[in-house]
Amino acid sequence: MTASSVTTSPRYNDDVVRLFTLATTFWGVVGLAAGLFIALQLAFPQLNIEPFLNFGRLRPLHTSAVIFAFGGNALFATSYYIVQRTCGVRLWGGWLPTFTFWGYQAFIVMAAIGYVTGVTQSKEYAEPEWYADLWLTVVWVAYFLVYMMTLVTRRESHIYVANWFFLSFIVTVAILHLGNNVEIPVSLLGAKSYSVPSGVQSAMIQWWYGHNAVGFFLTSGFLGMMYYFIPKRAGRPVYSYRLSILHFWSLIFIYIWAGPHHLHYTALPDWAQTLGMTFSIMLWMPSWGGMINGVMTLSGAWNKLREDPVLRFMIISVAFYGMSTFEGPLMSIKSVNALSHYTDWTIGHVHSGALGWNGFITFGALYYLVPKLWNREKLYSMKLVNLHLWIATIGIVLYISAMWVSGIMQGLMWRSYDEMGFLEYSFVETVMAMHPFYVIRALGGLLYLSGSLIMAYNFWRTIRGDVNEKEYGVSGNSGAADKAILKGEPA
Amino acid sequence: MSLLRKHEKLERNSVLLLIFSILAVLVGGIVEVIPLFRMETVIEPVKGVRPYTPLELAGYNIYVREGCYVCHSQQIRPLRDEVARYGHYSLAAESMYDHPFQWGSKRTGPDLARVGGKYSDAWHVAHLKNPRDVVPESIMPPYSFLSKNAAKIDDLGQHLKTLRLTGVPYSDEEIENATADAEAQASSDERISHDGLIERYGDKVVARDFDGQPELVSEMDALIAYLQVLGTMVDFKDAEKVEESAP
Repeated sequence: MTASSVTTSPRYNDDVVRLFTLATTFWGVVGLAAGLFIALQLAFPQLNIEPFLNFGRLRPLHTSAVIFAFGGNALFATSYYIVQRTCGVRLWGGWLPTFTFWGYQAFIVMAAIGYVTGVTQSKEYAEPEWYADLWLTVVWVAYFLVYMMTLVTRRESHIYVANWFFLSFIVTVAILHLGNNVEIPVSLLGAKSYSVPSGVQSAMIQWWYGHNAVGFFLTSGFLGMMYYFIPKRAGRPVYSYRLSILHFWSLIFIYIWAGPHHLHYTALPDWAQTLGMTFSIMLWMPSWGGMINGVMTLSGAWNKLREDPVLRFMIISVAFYGMSTFEGPLMSIKSVNALSHYTDWTIGHVHSGALGWNGFITFGALYYLVPKLWNREKLYSMKLVNLHLWIATIGIVLYISAMWVSGIMQGLMWRSYDEMGFLEYSFVETVMAMHPFYVIRALGGLLYLSGSLIMAYNFWRTIRGDVNEKEYGVSGNSGAADKAILKGEPA
Repeated sequence: MSLLRKHEKLERNSVLLLIFSILAVLVGGIVEVIPLFRMETVIEPVKGVRPYTPLELAGYNIYVREGCYVCHSQQIRPLRDEVARYGHYSLAAESMYDHPFQWGSKRTGPDLARVGGKYSDAWHVAHLKNPRDVVPESIMPPYSFLSKNAAKIDDLGQHLKTLRLTGVPYSDEEIENATADAEAQASSDERISHDGLIERYGDKVVARDFDGQPELVSEMDALIAYLQVLGTMVDFKDAEKVEESAP
């Protein structure tokens, strides 16, 4: 089969990509707003409205909304978009992709209603109960079939690197989901179930799941976005083909082992903790290999960063990826973890990854996709993209620096002794000390949320067909990146 | 280069790529998870750990429902300051009947692994109703509705039965008497016999009207019964003997 046989443009299924794109934007705003609200609850506990809107019920709502609703829809949208373009065929399965859309939204709503009404398994990022788990399994199998069969029926001889990452994400998330949700319902008419493993075993399985939800949902899948949209937007091929092979296999092999670093100094056997720490440190290398591959894709096109705020979103996201994948291994070292675990440092670490890496690469991808999907020449306003970029960046900086200070401070206060050899601070004194940082954190979250609202407005105007004439009358230069052709396919 | 050429096979064959990806991600999980199911190497032998009574189990379920684990850990690490602040570090056996574990990952509030017996029932009631009445600087949400809600105890037998399927050694007798045992444990009334409860769960079981509302077995009763048993099952004088005799 030759590449020239793919000249007839197949009719892609972009309807479903458009749906997922809109859902990503919507759930992004919802998830970030929930995050802001619970951040404010920690600063001002009077905002807890029992029982439905208490922090304990809303926190899973926030995490699920941003990870699974925002992130998940972004992954569906981009993977469906990319797999069609890089395989040269329409999505497989007729109505099945549309089913994955409505099925996945139904899962999100099912989970969300559960959280506020107190239906939870109490396993972080796997809180939905057995009935929602079963439903998600059905949807995920459909997703896998659509994706895999599109690959099987492709017209390109090679499978593009972005698809390796997406495929490993889809199949590993399936394994993790099944592995961590072995549970027995109390009754078929009730929501409650008990997990089959208990204690140590359930902890290990949960963090095998939890860490790899980060590793595969939030890393592998999003790296698929990186490997497509950065070369596309920059108009340059992926920096190194060999590095992407090394990156892929080492990342997926090593990531799985890192889970026990969530359980340092617990009742989990020491050998497992040490294994988890060792592999977490090793993970630094493939992570930075991927970062280098992403950033260096710009070699020869660095000037585009000056002109294109969308590309800037993508590159800053990879920089945050590099930063948080350096911080992660550091925090997995047992002696560092002794200080950082149980504190806000972890929360800050997660958010530098989530807001910086996952958020920004998604925003970049969405800004790329929306004009293309709705057949608009360009976005309504590039200035608003730039504004979004800076507001969100300042928001992240406020957020993570506040959490570094409050986390390290609390960790140090917990372990500080007075000259008589007694613990110097009572627990509640450490809570009081964190208040100002909780306010700063909420401010950071407010900025980040505002950025996403600006984005939503920009999309609305773009989809309506509006163009900010004043702006484009002056510079009028946005088509350069659109003309770029993907050359990243291995030669 | 030959390795690259071999890799080309994977890039051209989606099924091979899929199979190799699955193999790559399975190794770590298998090595780390499977050995943990050889319980004797993972859970050290200590005396005293028993399955929860039905009322405590109802409390555990409220703890799960309200997402208490989001802010409170139940896992004391063997670090000097933690042992000083919270007590003996947590043992694997102490959570062996938690389906799933409640170790948590964040201490927005203090660790609760050994909170049992540290505060009076009345303190817990006041604190749960409005934490700031007792600890003015607290940022914990209020849980006053727990006093008003009747605990759902009529189906506790079914809960015990389900847990038995997962390996918790509840006897037929315990399953049959689950609801009655829950009622008895939440009552200080001398006319109600606690003999069955004590016979089934041991004489260390704390049975009294936890929430100060004798007419109602409330969710508050259940949650406080659970909180008051946390970390109290193991007698650490025994544990020290085991540790000393270890080679």
